[in-house]
Amino acid sequence: MSEEVTAEILTTHVLELASHGQRLDGRGPDEYRKTTVEPGFVTTADGSALVRIGDTAVLSGIKLEPGKPFPDTPNAGVLTTNAELIPLSSPVFEPGPPQPGAIEVSRVVDRAIRAAETIDLTRLCVTPGEKSWVCYVDIHVLDHGGNLIDAAQLAALGALTHATVPAKRFGIAEADYPLEVLHYPVECTFVRLGEAIVVDPTFDEERAAQGRLTVATDETGRIVAMQKGLVGAFSPDDVKATVERAFQHGERMRAIARGGGP
Amino acid sequence: MGSVGAKDVPVLLSPEGLRIDGRRVNELRPIKITAGALKHADGSAFVEWGQNKVMAAVYGPREVHPRHLQQNTKAVIQCKYNMAAFSVDERKRPGLDRRSQEISKVIAEAFESVVFAEEFPRTSIDIYIEVLQANAGTRCAGLVAASVALADAGIPMADLLPAVAVGKAGGAIILDLKKEEDNFGEADLPMALVPQSGRLVLLQMEGHMTREELATALDMGVQGCRGIYEVMKQALRDRYSVAPAPEVPA
Repeated sequence: MSEEVTAEILTTHVLELASHGQRLDGRGPDEYRKTTVEPGFVTTADGSALVRIGDTAVLSGIKLEPGKPFPDTPNAGVLTTNAELIPLSSPVFEPGPPQPGAIEVSRVVDRAIRAAETIDLTRLCVTPGEKSWVCYVDIHVLDHGGNLIDAAQLAALGALTHATVPAKRFGIAEADYPLEVLHYPVECTFVRLGEAIVVDPTFDEERAAQGRLTVATDETGRIVAMQKGLVGAFSPDDVKATVERAFQHGERMRAIARGGGP
Repeated sequence: MGSVGAKDVPVLLSPEGLRIDGRRVNELRPIKITAGALKHADGSAFVEWGQNKVMAAVYGPREVHPRHLQQNTKAVIQCKYNMAAFSVDERKRPGLDRRSQEISKVIAEAFESVVFAEEFPRTSIDIYIEVLQANAGTRCAGLVAASVALADAGIPMADLLPAVAVGKAGGAIILDLKKEEDNFGEADLPMALVPQSGRLVLLQMEGHMTREELATALDMGVQGCRGIYEVMKQALRDRYSVAPAPEVPA
């Protein structure tokens, strides 16, 4: 009973179902799995959120530390995003340095946060050219049931939304204050299964997918990031239709990230 | 676990014999264990113990990676203990450090003493421990989580492995140190017990104690482990919805 054989059988089954507008778990093509955001999961972090999308679980923690601004942006703080696809979360991950998959997740999430100007980096500057806050967004995948990008982005946004700048601890100000979040970018990922394009793919659907498309939107109606992944292709009309669907899902996901409720 | 900056040493033991969080010297922090916390691992457990939050997953018996570690007569037991960057006050740089490697090694060796590895030759049993939130005693919390995860994965073992740290703070021998007691105390002694045999399969010590104090500490640790053992068994019963075992007449 090799893993490759079961994967092959499942792939055929997933594609067959998709051709009839059906999915393995009974969802419709435009239906997300149950999504929850639990802010403040880790109290040692300056902000944190545990996100579950179906049986995918992703934890993000924020740490803010004083550091030095980059020479080319002396008036801005520093934002760094790091995702770890740890072998605890899936039989397919092995220990070792970050693999391309982990790097893709962290870069796509980072791009959406940055492009949407989620936080005003100039407010993280303490002394121009000398001292600024470094905002570390660390993303830990705990349970890999597919669609890591959306879960990671939602976890990062949830953690940033509830984060505190530890100014008192580092002797920079009299009191800690909330990290101000200006925009709420949300990623929405689709995969192609034959002629169907379905939202929020599971692990098995991602393995069967003939192309993956992620669209990040914000609350002002902007598209702030996109990423096409896996082997496969989308027509321009596919892309336009997908963007419309991403805006609709984005609205709901934003409410979940901001409120923490379903 | 390093302390942030130089702070005044807190009073670790009140004149009434109470500790910084109001516990008595031989009292454990509240501990909650959830067996089967993850969907995609063969076995898993989540341990919330005081301010610690630790997740463990077990995969296997499965193929050995890297291949050259494979053994013809038994399974190899591999353990990776890792701390999340945001699990401590000062952000920890992600990746392996020497402390994590040492802890991984002693935990793997502790399990080698109880797992029936010879039943699965040429395979690997992989244990992953992720510390999500740390407040002293993470190796013990990780070991407890991993032990329940191994049972959840159906790996045959001689026994579960409860673990706890004993130490010395404010001049007294205390059970289950929290962060301040670890940072400012005089000694730290983590241990793991095989309850059926009464033997220790993990034992480390840092600090200073007299011979008499060590004897007290060992007794206190064994008692602490026996308390944790009950919580571990209950977590597995809860997971598999089995009524408490009936009293077996001797």
